[in-house]
Amino acid sequence: MSLGESATPLGKVEGLGSSHHGGHHWLEERFTSVALLLLSLWLIFSLIMLPALDRQMLGEWLRSAWGAVPMALFILTAFKHGVDGLKVAVDDYLHDEGNRVAIHFALDMAGIAGAAASLFALARIAFTPVAA
Amino acid sequence: MSSPNPRPLSPHLTIWRWGPGMLVSILHRLTGGAITVVGLAILGWWLAAIAGGDESYAKFASFVRFEWLGVPWVLILLAALTWAFWQHFFSGVRHIVLDTGAGYELKVNKFWAVMTLAGSLFATALTWFFLLGVGQ
Repeated sequence: MSLGESATPLGKVEGLGSSHHGGHHWLEERFTSVALLLLSLWLIFSLIMLPALDRQMLGEWLRSAWGAVPMALFILTAFKHGVDGLKVAVDDYLHDEGNRVAIHFALDMAGIAGAAASLFALARIAFTPVAA
Repeated sequence: MSSPNPRPLSPHLTIWRWGPGMLVSILHRLTGGAITVVGLAILGWWLAAIAGGDESYAKFASFVRFEWLGVPWVLILLAALTWAFWQHFFSGVRHIVLDTGAGYELKVNKFWAVMTLAGSLFATALTWFFLLGVGQ
């Protein structure tokens, strides 16, 4: 089997079999979507059920484990799912490999920075003593 | 992707005939992008404002109540984001069903595409009905 310069992209990979990694990102996006199905409903219902949306009430809610833990999960899952989705859109519109990788990297950095900042804010709310 | 003979690459935005399935597919992308970029930015600011103290929360609250020419533009933006969320939510559920291989019959497919549009408008109205009730 000769695989010279003239081989087409398809010809170069034909017969190599599956790498068994192809479905990974696709599956991961479905997993995070199912998690967000529950977490986003939790967030909306929580906001509706709170008697008021002032800072004191929100702080009380996010200081309790029932507020802080799902909110931490929501932040992690939402940023992950959002960045994954934006990457899929980028893959469809950007056909230059260099630009594609650069924008994937930028999206990862922005997503991680946003998630870290949000988690830090949540931790500060959750761990600041009420009297302070 | 460099190919010696460029073939058409997805998505072929210009060649689709408008219909519920095509509209819902495009909306899934647009709403997903909007709630990620704008929605998560507001979520982060909101959490930082709660963490930052009364003064920083007051700043966020006055942003939410921002009015120009008597129109509460930011509340309208938040309502639009709520709609984008519900549209992406229902369309996402539809996609998971489609992933199992079900729901591709023409009439069934079209029906559920239309239902995501109806469902998102209804859910947005319901959400804000309750949210504005909280504000009383």
